Amino acid sequence: MDKLLDVENVSISFIQYTQGLNQRDLKVITDLTLDISEGEILAVLGSSGSGKSLLAHAIFGILPENANLNGKISYKGKELSQEDKEEIRGKDIVLVPQSVNFLDPLMKISDQAIGHTDSDEERKAKKAKQREIFEHYNLGPEVDEMYPFQLSGGMARRVLVSTALLSNPKLVVADEPTPGLDEKTVQETLNHFKHMKEDGIGVLLITHDIHAALEVADRIGIFYSGYVIEIALKEDFTGDGENLLHPYTKALYKALPANGFNLTKGHQPLHGEIPNGCPYYDRCEMRFDRCKDERPELLDLGNKKVRCFKYEEGA
Amino acid sequence: MLKNEKLLKFLGKKIVRFIILLIFVILLSFILIDMSPINPVKTYIANLGVVSPEKIAILESYWGVNEPITTKMFNWLANIIHLDFGTSLIYRAPVLDVIKQKFVASLVLMLSSWIFSGVIGFLLGVVAGFKKDTIIDKAIKVYCYILQSAPTFWIALLFLMVFSVYLGWFPTGLGVPVGTLSENVSFWDWLQRLILPMITLSVVGIASITLFTRDKLIDVMNSDYFLFAKARGESGWNLIVRHGIRNVLLPAITLQFLGFSELFGGAVLVEQIFTYPGIGQAAVSAGLRSDVPLLLGIVIFSAIFVYCGNLIADVLYNFVDPRIREGEEDGG
Amino acid sequence: MADKSKDVSSIYSPIAKMNLRTKTLLTIGLTVFILVAVVITSLFINSADITTNFNAMNQAPSFEHLFGTDWMGRDMFTRTMKGLGLSVQIGAGASILSSVIAIILAFVGSINSKLDSFIAWLVDLFLSVPHILLIILISIGLGGGAFGVTMGVALTHWTSLTRILRAEIKQINTSEFVKLSQRFGKSKIWIAKKHILPLVITQIIVGTILIFPHAIMHEASVTFLGFGLSPHEPAIGIILSESMKYLATGNWWLALFPGLALLIIVLLFDIAGENIKKLLDPTSANE
Repeated sequence: MDKLLDVENVSISFIQYTQGLNQRDLKVITDLTLDISEGEILAVLGSSGSGKSLLAHAIFGILPENANLNGKISYKGKELSQEDKEEIRGKDIVLVPQSVNFLDPLMKISDQAIGHTDSDEERKAKKAKQREIFEHYNLGPEVDEMYPFQLSGGMARRVLVSTALLSNPKLVVADEPTPGLDEKTVQETLNHFKHMKEDGIGVLLITHDIHAALEVADRIGIFYSGYVIEIALKEDFTGDGENLLHPYTKALYKALPANGFNLTKGHQPLHGEIPNGCPYYDRCEMRFDRCKDERPELLDLGNKKVRCFKYEEGA
Repeated sequence: MLKNEKLLKFLGKKIVRFIILLIFVILLSFILIDMSPINPVKTYIANLGVVSPEKIAILESYWGVNEPITTKMFNWLANIIHLDFGTSLIYRAPVLDVIKQKFVASLVLMLSSWIFSGVIGFLLGVVAGFKKDTIIDKAIKVYCYILQSAPTFWIALLFLMVFSVYLGWFPTGLGVPVGTLSENVSFWDWLQRLILPMITLSVVGIASITLFTRDKLIDVMNSDYFLFAKARGESGWNLIVRHGIRNVLLPAITLQFLGFSELFGGAVLVEQIFTYPGIGQAAVSAGLRSDVPLLLGIVIFSAIFVYCGNLIADVLYNFVDPRIREGEEDGG
Repeated sequence: MADKSKDVSSIYSPIAKMNLRTKTLLTIGLTVFILVAVVITSLFINSADITTNFNAMNQAPSFEHLFGTDWMGRDMFTRTMKGLGLSVQIGAGASILSSVIAIILAFVGSINSKLDSFIAWLVDLFLSVPHILLIILISIGLGGGAFGVTMGVALTHWTSLTRILRAEIKQINTSEFVKLSQRFGKSKIWIAKKHILPLVITQIIVGTILIFPHAIMHEASVTFLGFGLSPHEPAIGIILSESMKYLATGNWWLALFPGLALLIIVLLFDIAGENIKKLLDPTSANE
C-alpha cells in the first residue's frame, strides 16, 4: 500500500497576549510525526480541547494568521507548500468537520456541497453527482433545499460525509466526527469510514473517543499535552495491554470500564505549563531521573512508534 | 400566509410600543420647553406680533399659559392627537404644512446620501476586510478613523470653502431667506444645491458602515464555515462573494437602517451650513427664534423618522434571515 | 522609558520590533501627555491675552501667528488653544456625568426584571429622538450656556454604556460564584460591591473615556448652531461659526485650523480609549 500523507516533526504555536498585553508563545502541537497509507484508518486520540484539530487545519493550510507552523507535511512523497495545499484541498484531500457549524448558515445545503462552478454544464454535472451521493447516504431531494440549521444531528453528519466524498478524494481527514451524537448515529458514521477504507481511501480520524478509535482504526496515535507519545496498533489494545508501550497508553487502556476503570491521578499539563522533560513525567510510574529534564524523541520501532526512554536501545 | 400573520402581529406590537414611546417623547419635550427660563412660549406669542387682545387670549388658551403644567401638557397632547400642531412663527403657516414641505426636501438629501454612503461604505469595508493588514486596508482604516473624529459641520465648512468659494462649482447657499416657502426654485437650481450637501453627508456617513463591514467580514473569514469552504477548495473572490459578502450584507443593511438618527443629526448641521431649505435648518431656526410649535413638531416627526429606520432594521433581522424566518414557520 | 539605542541607523527598527504591550503603553502615554498639555496650556491663557490688535487684522498664518489672525487681529492659535481647553473640560464634565448616570441605571436595572425592562425602555426613549435635537431641547430647557450644553450632552450619552453594563452585569449575575454568594444569603448590595463592581470597572473606565470624543463633538456642534456656549466664550464652535462670515473673503485659516485642532483632540481621545481597552481586556488584542 502506498503512503498518502506524511507528517514529520510538525509544531504549531501561537503568540498570545495576556492581561496587560504581556506576550507569550503558546505551543499547542509539538514535534508531531505520523503517516497514513491508502486504505488505512489512523486515529489521533487526545482529550478534547487539546488542540489536535489544529493538525487538520495545518494539513489544509487553514491555520489562523497568528499561528506558526514548523515541520514537514507531505502528500504522496511531495512536501506541500501553502500553494500546494490550496491546490489539492477539496480535491485529493477532504475534510469532514466537527459539526453543522462548519456549514454556511445562509446557504442551502446543495449549493454548498457543489461549491463554485464556472459554467452551467459543470453545475449540472456536479449537481447530478451530489444527488447520487446524497441518495446513497439516504438524503432525499428535500435536503438539497434546506439550510444547515434545519438538519437533524444524524442528517448533518451524513451531509458532511457525503459532501466530502463528492470529489473522489484519496484522503479523508475527519475532525471529531462523533461527539454529541446518539449511539446509532455514531455507529452509522463509523461505518461510513469503514466503507471509505474498503474503497482504498486513507482516513485520518481525529477524536477524543477511544471507543470510536478502537472500533475502526488500524493504528492509533496517542496525543498528550501537544505531543504524540505513541503510535500503537489496534491489536495492542487487547488483554492486559501488555503490548502497549508508553505508560500513559497503558494507563489509558486500564482506565476503560471493561478493564478495571483504574484512573491515574493528576491531569495533563496545559499548554504553556509543559515541563522541560517528558510531558508525562509527573504522573509516570516508571520514570527515570533523566525524564525530568530531558525530553525523549519519538522512537521508530517498525510499525509502531513511542516517545519514552524505556525503549531506547541499551536502556 | 402564516408568515404574513406573524409579520402583522410583530408590526402591530412594535407600533403600539412606539405610540407609547412617542407620547412620552412629546411630554418630555414639552416639559423641557416649559421649564426653560427663557420662556419660549411667551416669546413665541409676543413675536407673532399679534396685537388684538382677543387673539392673544386664544393663543394663550391654546398653550394654556396661565394653567398648571399638567393641564398645559395634556392640552397640547390633545391638540397633537387632533393633528393640530399649531402655527409656525417663522413661516406663518400651519406647522404640519411647513414640516411636510421641509421634510420632503430633507428626505431627498438624507436618502440619497444614505444610499451613496451605504454602497461606497460597504464596498470599502469589503475591500479592507478582504485585504486585511495590507496598505489598502490601512489606508481605508485611517480614512475612516479621521472622518469619524471630524466634526460634520467642519467638513461641511471645508467643502463649502473649497468647492463653492474657491472653485465656484456650486452656489454658496440657496439664497432664499429663511421664512419663505421656496416653491419657485427651478429643479435644476435645486439639484445643483443638493449635490454638495449630499456629498458632505455621504462622506461623513461612510466611516461607520465601512468599519463595521470590515470587522464583520474578518469575523466571517475566521468562522468555521468559512474555513470549511476553504478546505473544500473554494478560493479567492468567489469565496468572498459566496460565503463572505452574503453573510455580511444583511447585518450591514440593518446597521445602515439603524443610522437614521445620526443621519438626521448630520442633516441638521449640513443644511445649516449650505442653507439647504430642509427640516434641519427649520429646526435650528425654530430653536433660535422660539418657534415652539414648529420645534415640537419637528421633534415628533424626527422621532417617527428614526423609528421607521429601527422598525425596518427589526423586520430585516427577524424576517429575512432564513435561520429566524424558517424557524418561526416551523415553530408556528 | 524606551532605551536610547546608540545605533542611530536603526532608529526605526526598535519601534517595528516593539511588542504590543510597549507600543500600547507608549501610545497611551503620548496621547494622555498631549491632552494634559492642551488643557494646562489653555488654563494659562488669560482671556486678557487674547487682545484685539487692529494693526494685525485678517493675517494669514505666519511664524508670528501660527493659525493667523481674525478680523479683530486676535491670534487664532491662542483662541484655538483656549477653546480646546474649554471643550475638553466640558467633555470631561459631560462624560463623567454620563457614566455616573449609566452606572446608577445599570445597577438599578439589576435589582429585578421589572426595573430592568424599565431601564431598557428608558434607553429606547432617549434614542428615539436624534441626539442633536435632544441636546438642543435640553439646552433650551436649562436656559442654554455652558451648563445647558453640558447637561444636554451628559443626558444623551449614557445609553451605550448603560447597555454594555447591563449585559455585563446580567452575565455576572448568572455566574457560579454569584449564585454561591446568594445561597450563603449575601445581600444584593454586598454582591454588587464585592462581585460586580470589580468586574465592570474596566468597562466603566473605558466607557467613560470613549464617551469623551462624542461629547466634545456634540458640544461643538450645538455651540456652532448657536444653542450652546455664549458668543463671548472662546469655544471652538463659536470660532467656527464666526469663521463662516469670512469664508467668502478668503480667510480659510479661520475655519481650517480650529477644526483640525478639534479633530486631533477627538482622535487622541479615541486612540487613548481604544488602547486602554486593549490593555485591560486582552481578548481584543489576540485577534
